Amino acid sequence: MTAPLILVQDLHKQYETALGPFPVLKEVNLRMDPGDYIAIMGPSGSGKSTFMNILGCLDQPSSGDYILNGQHVATMDKSALAKVRNRTIGFVFQGFNLLSRTSLLDNVALPLVYAGVDKPTRHARAKRLLERVGLGQYLRSLPNQISGGQQQRVAIARALVNEPRLILADEPTGNLDSKTSQEIMALFDELNQEGISIVLVTHETDIAEHAKRQIHFLDGSIVSDTANKKPVEENSMEAA
Amino acid sequence: MFGAMLGEAWHAMGANRLRTFLTMLGMVIGVGAVVLMLAIGQGAQESVKRSIDTMGSNLLIVLSTPPGMGGARAATGSIPSLTVKDAEAIAELDGVSAVAPTVNSSAQTIFSSNNWNTSVIGTTPDYLDVRAWSLSDGYTFTDSDIRSGTRVALVGRTVVDNLFGDISPVGKTIRINKSPFIVIGVLESKGQSLDGRDQDDTIIVPLTTAQRQLFGSQFAGSVRMIMVQADSTEIMSLVEDSINNLLRQRHNIREGADNDFFVRNLTAAANSAAETTRTMSLLLGAIASVSLLVGGIGIMNIMLVSVTERTREIGIRMAIGAREYDILLQFLLEAIMISVVGCLIGLAFGIGGALLINMLSQTAIVISSQSVVLAFSVAATVGIFFGFYPARKAARLNPIEALRYQ
Repeated sequence: MTAPLILVQDLHKQYETALGPFPVLKEVNLRMDPGDYIAIMGPSGSGKSTFMNILGCLDQPSSGDYILNGQHVATMDKSALAKVRNRTIGFVFQGFNLLSRTSLLDNVALPLVYAGVDKPTRHARAKRLLERVGLGQYLRSLPNQISGGQQQRVAIARALVNEPRLILADEPTGNLDSKTSQEIMALFDELNQEGISIVLVTHETDIAEHAKRQIHFLDGSIVSDTANKKPVEENSMEAA
Repeated sequence: MFGAMLGEAWHAMGANRLRTFLTMLGMVIGVGAVVLMLAIGQGAQESVKRSIDTMGSNLLIVLSTPPGMGGARAATGSIPSLTVKDAEAIAELDGVSAVAPTVNSSAQTIFSSNNWNTSVIGTTPDYLDVRAWSLSDGYTFTDSDIRSGTRVALVGRTVVDNLFGDISPVGKTIRINKSPFIVIGVLESKGQSLDGRDQDDTIIVPLTTAQRQLFGSQFAGSVRMIMVQADSTEIMSLVEDSINNLLRQRHNIREGADNDFFVRNLTAAANSAAETTRTMSLLLGAIASVSLLVGGIGIMNIMLVSVTERTREIGIRMAIGAREYDILLQFLLEAIMISVVGCLIGLAFGIGGALLINMLSQTAIVISSQSVVLAFSVAATVGIFFGFYPARKAARLNPIEALRYQ
């Protein structure tokens, strides 16, 4: 049995409010092996965004353990967390979150700046990834000069630039039409087949069906954790 | 990585040009004002220092004053009560190293077809030592010239320029108030005195010659002024007191009666003038640095606005792996870049302005490398100091809230 990429044990998260502590996550347990592909679903306020923030090392749990890639996240200082976000995790957001005044090439290369990679290498890797997501001809364009679907491809290229083990995608198709959504999801499926683990949050069942597993949150707890059959069938069909 | 950050800071400055320009303007004005004020202040100090150096060191002057209180009083020194004998007596006092009795008056001088009105000083050879004055050409007169009253003259640079032009004056004969004098030496140029007079517009002749042949009726055996050089600065007030006592005794002035002479400590007066200019230039610099401070506050203000505007960008950067230190450095570099670029432009304006003022009004200016380094380091410090708080605010943002910021 391989070591888990993510191991969450008895995780609680509560916010202090004027009316006393307000629990957002209660007794969450999750194990994710390398190469897994999880879709997290649930209504607004069910705690799935908070859970994603904790998985992404942007937020810390109130109690419980989060072990990422063999490391206890609670023991890391802020710099170490930044390094994890930089090297181990790639983020994809609903609103793309590209730097608007910066060229696509520099947007994709930005994580490499914080990794201390030299300029020629930064540009070479960013260029290769932009070419891979089909935007090789827009290296010098600004984000507002391309479509939403293209911007999300740039964001995925940026998430991939430091060769992360895990991609965290928060409603990556939320701002896209259904055709573009399917194109983006096809890209995620491809990355997963190459061995990158993916956790994505979505409202839409047809998006969630791309994953290998679906987890449902309700009132801060995981209420169901089921394996998808469909993507495997699709894969086997494609293979046939 | 530092290079990439510098590039980003440059990029961010270019993103909002008008705002960057206006913020920078504060620094430009501040640094420009400091450099300009220091240049003018140091220029004033320098010219005062030069005047003091040309005046001669440890100088006291004794002038005659008209006696009595009532009625119309004549100007100091115009009614002669001092004599050559007084000067000789003063020379015997302890702590006195040299004494030069002088008479002076203006006179019309003629050489060839040129004429010039200048101040003629009759004195002894010691005068040049007391005034720390040397000759650029020729030689000076001696005690034997004093005894025999020869018609020889030393001429100042301004007189040379106006009477002789390009001709070498030594050995030529000039007429002073119609009497012929042979020019035997040319005085080295001294420039302006503390009160702005041209010290080079003068002719020096032997005392006796002046008394007997130039201003005979006015100064029969008397002198208008006695210049006294003390051995050191410390004993000047002692020497001043002993001159007072000596002359009161020699002039038979009764207890309680007014002096018919007046002793003035020139070195003390000059030092207080120097002190005044130093204070003035410090004050100018201090006022100018207030504008530097205001410029710094402008930078802080705009950096705070910038941090708020770019909250989401900061969140994105943090999510993809920027450490607090990276964000801090980014905003600090931006603030420093604004202040340093502003400083460079300000330096250009300050130096240019100082040169312009020098050109237009002949005001002495000194642009020292120290004042440039000072202005530059103050500007960089201002950038760091006023940039640090906004930068730290940016670095301490919560990434989740920053990402959610619209």
